[in-house]
Amino acid sequence: MKPGDSFSWLADLGLSVRTKLAELGFAARLFVKLFALTPATLLRFGLVRDQIFFLGNYSLAIIAVSGLFVGFVLGLQGYYTLQRYGSSEALGLLVALSLVRELGPVITALLFAGRAGTALTAEIGLMKAGEQLSAMEMMAVDPIRRILAPRLWGGVIAMPLLAAVFSAVGIAGGWMVGVLMIGIDAGSFWSQMQGGVDVWRDVGNGVIKSLVFGVTVTFVALYQGFEAQPTPEGVSLATTRTVVVASLAVLGLDFLLTAWMFSI
Amino acid sequence: MAELTTALVEFKQVTFAYPGARGERVILKDLSLSVPCGKVTALMGASGGGKTTVLRLIGGQQKASTGKVLFDGQDVGGMAQKALYEARRRMGMLFQFGALFTDLSVFDNVAFPLREHTDLSPELIRDIVLMKLDAVGLRGARELMPSEISGGMARRVALARAIVLDPELIMYDEPFAGLDPISLGTAAQLIRQLNDTLGITSIVVSHDLEETFRIADQVIILANGGIAAQGTPQEVMNSTDPLVHQFVNALSEGPVEFHYPGPPAEADFGLPGQLTESKPPFKKGGST
Repeated sequence: MKPGDSFSWLADLGLSVRTKLAELGFAARLFVKLFALTPATLLRFGLVRDQIFFLGNYSLAIIAVSGLFVGFVLGLQGYYTLQRYGSSEALGLLVALSLVRELGPVITALLFAGRAGTALTAEIGLMKAGEQLSAMEMMAVDPIRRILAPRLWGGVIAMPLLAAVFSAVGIAGGWMVGVLMIGIDAGSFWSQMQGGVDVWRDVGNGVIKSLVFGVTVTFVALYQGFEAQPTPEGVSLATTRTVVVASLAVLGLDFLLTAWMFSI
Repeated sequence: MAELTTALVEFKQVTFAYPGARGERVILKDLSLSVPCGKVTALMGASGGGKTTVLRLIGGQQKASTGKVLFDGQDVGGMAQKALYEARRRMGMLFQFGALFTDLSVFDNVAFPLREHTDLSPELIRDIVLMKLDAVGLRGARELMPSEISGGMARRVALARAIVLDPELIMYDEPFAGLDPISLGTAAQLIRQLNDTLGITSIVVSHDLEETFRIADQVIILANGGIAAQGTPQEVMNSTDPLVHQFVNALSEGPVEFHYPGPPAEADFGLPGQLTESKPPFKKGGST
């Protein structure tokens, strides 16, 4: 063993810290560049529209079905809790607030990461592996502007729309269980909801959350695809990382956003 | 060899190294070469010899560690993004497997650079795309998707896409790899034809000796990060340099060793005998 070998762990540690810092720096620069490209991206709205269709439309089925089942469960669990205090007619309000403020944006973001985020990462990673991004660069077309930016805006616009669909279908699910199955008065169900849900404080907070989650999930998916090793194993690892990183980021940000919203 | 004409691309003492966990890996070392205007220059050499790196340096996708890469007299490595993109509009590059956009049809692939860089009317774009597709013999395949065409056809579509903006320089990265004999002959003929009829400059990176020597005006053989031989195909064929001799005659014995350096075979297989160090892959210099 050479005398320097005993310190090789220090060199490895230094290298891994430096690599992580470089990755973080690249991600930050990519993020800033993508937002700096906003006017140019929105001017070519056809590209963004295609992505809204691709990301939003194809995620619609899973979002709607999940929303319905979450609504069913909220109806049952909500009724179980509320009837202990003799206020089961407030079920509509409970279902609506839970969905609009919390479950709609969060579950939609988690499902979006699994459905659309993985598709984005795999698409970009395979484009990289097939030298399509290099080819684009050699044609003097910036892949960040042409490929990444429209996808980011497609995701950011699609997310609140999907969260709205999730909440609406969930409320319908809660109504089916509460009113049709259990027999709560339909008038109380809807009037409590109408009176108790504030457009700005409740719906607005949900929209802000889903916009933040839209940026987070789509950016993580794009970054992972763009930085994937151009091999089958690399693309597979990047796809997995998208789900893990995006889901954890959504849950962490949800706590921070909720704490901030309660404090103002 | 005498200077052919003015150079479109020049390398001036270019060194390029990839950074690695355990020090950097030198690919090109003090390389100087020039690519004459209007000619077909072939870049050859063993795998990992830095041929593709040369193309990436010309296209500005990599930057030289030291030295200058000049395209039409301008240093590509020192260009800002805008200037680099303007220079790239004067270049075309054919990637090894075509690198077609898999979500676009053959027509849309060829039309892509025109739609991105020009304000031409759809009718004019249609005419230009069909002319370029006709030049590569695929006018009839315009509606097909990349998944519906063969590897040879995909490369021809990529060639049509590379010439659609009428570049001054086309770089071909292994255009003959994996092609059947008919496609191979067609591809070689196309490269020569396009070079002569459009008056462009071509750089061909290839391992196919026969086809490449047939179409090239100048051959450069890279080894150990530098030039092992340079000249007309005939001059290179007649070279007495042992490495060039081994390469052009496809010999397994020579300066380029078959075995990757490692522990002696006797030690690995537990055989009795003298334990000797195995040799580096090239006798002449550093590894590539």
